[in-house]
Amino acid sequence: MKSPRAERRFARSETNARLLRLVMPLLVLAAGVLAWHLVVRLNDLPPYVLPGPVLVITTLIADWSILSQSLLTTLWTTLEGFVAASVGGIALALLFNQSKWLEISLLPYAIVLQVTPVIAIAPLLLIYLPQQTAVIACAWIVAFFPVLSNTTLGLNSVDRNLAGIFQLYGASRAQTLAYLKLPSALPYILGGLRIAGGLSLIGAVVAEIAAGSAGAGSGLAYRIAESGYRLNIPRMFAALLLLSAAGIVIYMLLALLSHLLLRRWHESALGKDT
Amino acid sequence: MKAGAPFPGTAAVSLRGVTKIYDNGVAALGPVDLDVATGEFVSLLGPSGCGKSTALRLIAGLSAATSGTVAVAGGKPNAIGFVFQEPTLMPWTTIGENVRLPLKLAHASRQSADARVGAALAQVGLSEFTEAYPRELSGGMKMRVSLARALVTDPDILLMDEPFAALDEITRFRLNNDLLALWRNLRKTVIFVTHSVFESVYLSQRVIVMTPRPGRIACEFRIDAAERGEEFRTSAEYAAYCREVSHGLGQASDEKLAS
Repeated sequence: MKSPRAERRFARSETNARLLRLVMPLLVLAAGVLAWHLVVRLNDLPPYVLPGPVLVITTLIADWSILSQSLLTTLWTTLEGFVAASVGGIALALLFNQSKWLEISLLPYAIVLQVTPVIAIAPLLLIYLPQQTAVIACAWIVAFFPVLSNTTLGLNSVDRNLAGIFQLYGASRAQTLAYLKLPSALPYILGGLRIAGGLSLIGAVVAEIAAGSAGAGSGLAYRIAESGYRLNIPRMFAALLLLSAAGIVIYMLLALLSHLLLRRWHESALGKDT
Repeated sequence: MKAGAPFPGTAAVSLRGVTKIYDNGVAALGPVDLDVATGEFVSLLGPSGCGKSTALRLIAGLSAATSGTVAVAGGKPNAIGFVFQEPTLMPWTTIGENVRLPLKLAHASRQSADARVGAALAQVGLSEFTEAYPRELSGGMKMRVSLARALVTDPDILLMDEPFAALDEITRFRLNNDLLALWRNLRKTVIFVTHSVFESVYLSQRVIVMTPRPGRIACEFRIDAAERGEEFRTSAEYAAYCREVSHGLGQASDEKLAS
C-alpha cells in the first residue's frame, strides 16, 4: 500500500518524465535553429549559399499558395501509393497464406522488387507509364514489401492451440481467417503499415524527382528540384521542411491508429502498470 | 456415485490398437486399448512425453491415428469440449466473445447463443466478467473462461489436457473442487490428463498410468471414494490411494528402464 504522499510524488515524477520527453527534443531543436541562425548571421552567408531559418519561414509563408498546392499533390500521391501498398501487401500475404505454391513461386520476385533501388526503377516506369501512374507505382513498390512480410509473419504466428480450438469446432477457412488469423496478425499488419506510410512518401518523392523538369508534376519534390535549378534555395528549404512535417504527421497518424486498435488487448499498446 | 457401482451406460470413447508415429519418426503412442464409459471421470497419468496429450488430441480428432481405431459415441458435432494447459483465449476480444466462439463457428442464432454464453459463464462463476478482456483476469479466472468455452456447446465429452498445471496450488485446489461439482451436476464424460498423482486420485474414478516413449497403458486403478472434498483430501483413504498409484507409476517407469 502506498501512502497518498508517495502516490502523489509518483504521479508527479510520472508527469515530469513525460514532460521531459517533450521538452528535451524541443530544446535540441531550438538550439539547432539558433546555431543555424548564428552561423548564417555571423558569417554573413548569402541566401543562395545558406538561407537562415527566419528567411526559410518567411519564404514558406510568402510561397504558401504554391507550396501548399504542391504539398497536397505529394500527399495525395503518397496516400494513393500507401493505399495500393496496404491493399496489395495484405492481399498478397493472404494469397500466400492460402496457397504454399503461390508463395514459393512469387515471393522471390517480391523480394527482387524490394531490393532493387526504386530510384533506379523510377526513370523506367516514367517511360512506360503515364506520369501520375508511375509516381503511384513507385510509392507502391517501396511500400508494399513491409506490409507483405509483416502480414505473412502475423498470419504464421497464430497460436497453435487456438488453431486447434477452431479445428475442433469445425471452423471453415473463411471463419478461421476472419476470426483467428486476421485478428492475430493485426499488430504485425499495423507495424507494417507504419513502415509503409513513411516509405510511400519516399516513393512519391523519388518518382517526382526522377520525373523532374520533364514532367508536368507539381509535387513538393518537383518544387525542390525546380527551385534548385533556379537557385531559389530558401524555397528548397521551405519545401523540405514541409516534406519532413508531412512524414512526421503520417507516422503519428499511423501510430495513433495502431494505438486505438490495440489498446484494449495488445502488450505493445498497454501501459506499464496494467 | 456409490462405491463399486457398475459403469453407467456404454462406452463414450473407445480406442482399439491405436498408435501414433509422428512424421519425424517419433513413436509417441501405443498400441493403446482404452474404453471410457459414459459419465465416467478418467485420468491419464504419466510423466511428460508419455503420449497422454497425443491420446487426447487423437480422441478430439485434432490429429489422426497412425493405426487403430478411435471411436467417439454420438458423433454429433460439438460432442467434445477441449481445455488446454494454457487458457488459449483470444486476447483481442472479450470474455463473452471468447465463450461464444464455438457457437459463432456453428452459426448459432444470436439470441440462443447469448443465453448459452450467459449460462456457461454462470457455471464457472464469472458472470460479471462478460465484458472484460482476458488480460484483465487472473490465471485461474482465465482457466475458468476456457472451461466455460468448452461447456458452452453442452458437449458429452470433456477432454482436459493438464488444465491446471500452470496454476498455483491454492487456485488449483479450488478449480479441482469446482470441476468435481460441475461433473456431478452435468454428468459429462471427462478425460483428464495430468502428471500429478494427487490430482488424479482426488478427481477421478479411474486412474490410468502410462509409460513413456511410446506411450502405453501400464496399469490402472479404480478410486472408489464416494465423497470428494477437503475431507477426502486429508483422509487416510486418499493417502493410501496416492501411495498405491505412486507405486504403480514408479513401477511403470522402472520396468521401462529395465527393458
